[in-house]
Amino acid sequence: MSELGAVSEDGFLKKAFGNRSFVAGLVITCLVAATALLSFFWTPYDVNVLIVSNRMQSPSLQHLFGTDQFGRDVLSMIMVGARNSIAVALVAIIIGMGVGVPLGCWAAARGGYVDDVLMRFNDVVFAFPALLSAIMITAIFGPGAINAIIAIGIFNIPVFARVARAGALGLWPREFVLAARAAGKGKTLITIEHILPNIANLLLVQGTIQFALGILAEASLSYIGLGAQPPMPSWGRMLFDAQTRMVVAPYLAIFPGMAIVITVLGLNLLGDGIADTLDPKLRRQR
Amino acid sequence: MSIYLIRRLASGLLTLVVASVVIFFVLEILPGDPARLMLGMNATEDAVQALRVQMGLDEGLYARYVQWACGLLSLDFGRSYTYSVPVAELIRERAAVSLPLALIALTLSTVIAIPVGLFAAARRGRMGDTMAMTVSQFGVAVPNFWFALMLVYVFSVWLRLVPAGGFPGWQSGIWPALKALILPALALALPQAAILARVTRSALLEVLGEDFIRTARAKGLTRKATLWRHALGNAMLPVLTILGLQFAFLLAGTVIIENVFYLPGLGRLLVQAINQRDLIVVEGVVMLLVAAVVLINLLVDLSYAFVDPRLRTRA
Repeated sequence: MSELGAVSEDGFLKKAFGNRSFVAGLVITCLVAATALLSFFWTPYDVNVLIVSNRMQSPSLQHLFGTDQFGRDVLSMIMVGARNSIAVALVAIIIGMGVGVPLGCWAAARGGYVDDVLMRFNDVVFAFPALLSAIMITAIFGPGAINAIIAIGIFNIPVFARVARAGALGLWPREFVLAARAAGKGKTLITIEHILPNIANLLLVQGTIQFALGILAEASLSYIGLGAQPPMPSWGRMLFDAQTRMVVAPYLAIFPGMAIVITVLGLNLLGDGIADTLDPKLRRQR
Repeated sequence: MSIYLIRRLASGLLTLVVASVVIFFVLEILPGDPARLMLGMNATEDAVQALRVQMGLDEGLYARYVQWACGLLSLDFGRSYTYSVPVAELIRERAAVSLPLALIALTLSTVIAIPVGLFAAARRGRMGDTMAMTVSQFGVAVPNFWFALMLVYVFSVWLRLVPAGGFPGWQSGIWPALKALILPALALALPQAAILARVTRSALLEVLGEDFIRTARAKGLTRKATLWRHALGNAMLPVLTILGLQFAFLLAGTVIIENVFYLPGLGRLLVQAINQRDLIVVEGVVMLLVAAVVLINLLVDLSYAFVDPRLRTRA
């Protein structure tokens, strides 16, 4: 509904639908999301039923993407796996934004030592390669989907903190903020009323980037056995199981990988499209 | 410059100190007693207690941190619980695989990405540009371990050109060892190259919009000469930044890729040590990787001064 509001403001949607990246990304992302939703009500086969006589069948009309070593339908598993990927990446973003954005805004509003300490801590977190910290965190709390969410979410925090701080710092010297301060509004109120709405664009674009990275990170974690645990289907886990069967059943590795590529591609295109539409200058880093 | 240098060094050191505190204390809250894990569930309480004393686990957390951190300064990472050898020795052995792998991947990615970025920027909006950017958009989306599996299928299973995994060791000759690293390096490099190519292109396009480029063209320089002589050097700053970041990605990427190819590198050591609760190894490897990232970022910052003479005099 918020997009509808934006139309009246600056015709965001009208501009966005003229952008090829945006349209392609939106279509792909919606398709992936729809597939994940559909899996709650219907999948071609039940992923919890193991039919050993059906194991390792090549793709056919009955099983479009073939069956795995337990006779489960690969297409159905990919559909259910989409739920897991999306849920992990999405909740990780909510954690990252929920903690990172207030921290970044606080640092920008207060300045001084608060800013220094927060940003120094950010530097430390950034010194840990993201995947490495995710591996460490899942190692501490044990493997599983929930811990994968926490691990990826913690990595998201400094990213959003940095984006929010950079955006907010640029806004504080602006006239409309000065006017609000002159009117006697507190820093918290100004942040909520004036800063946040104006950095929402930046956060949205960063959100799509982190979403895509989250999908990749979740797949990597479950690939090395630290993410979702069997029997819960996950794309990374499927690739791990496929690895030892590459010679006889390459299709087991091809399709889950394509699912990851398509999902990440869609999100990246969507992010590019939004960034282009909002401000062509944002495109630089992509 | 020297003040800038000192400040930069100090902040790098501070990062390392804080990182060492975080690594040590976060890992020490890990559930599971290493001594109990080593001896198994059937061991007597006395035996476990004796081993705890022998491993120094009976001392306080704080005392153990100081001991560990002081050891780091002299490159003494402690002794592995499971391998019963100094961690430094393990790391040296494994780094002989991981470091060449990361460096080959970094080189490959740079050698591929910068020409592609140049090519695309020079043909902005035309077929070549669109194609290069479409391919790179896919490249960004490909998880490196899946790409690795596909490479194994094509080059090992199908064409039988290179081994599918394992590492013969450098003592068996440079060529067999390199052969085992080709696919892992490609798998690491290509997704990174896709990102780097996009960054190179957009950095170049930004520079190409500047006034001095118009001046260069106006005085009669060809498009090509302008691109090489004036644009490329000025576009190097963002490219260098990304290269530094990519090294961190590559280091983390080796953790996954080494597990795909069964390479005895740092990444495999790390995952095995985590599974065996060999904390001292985990702490050592993670600390080393973090130190590498801090060092690379420092080098990147310093190299700005070489690329951009303005930064040399101003700071």
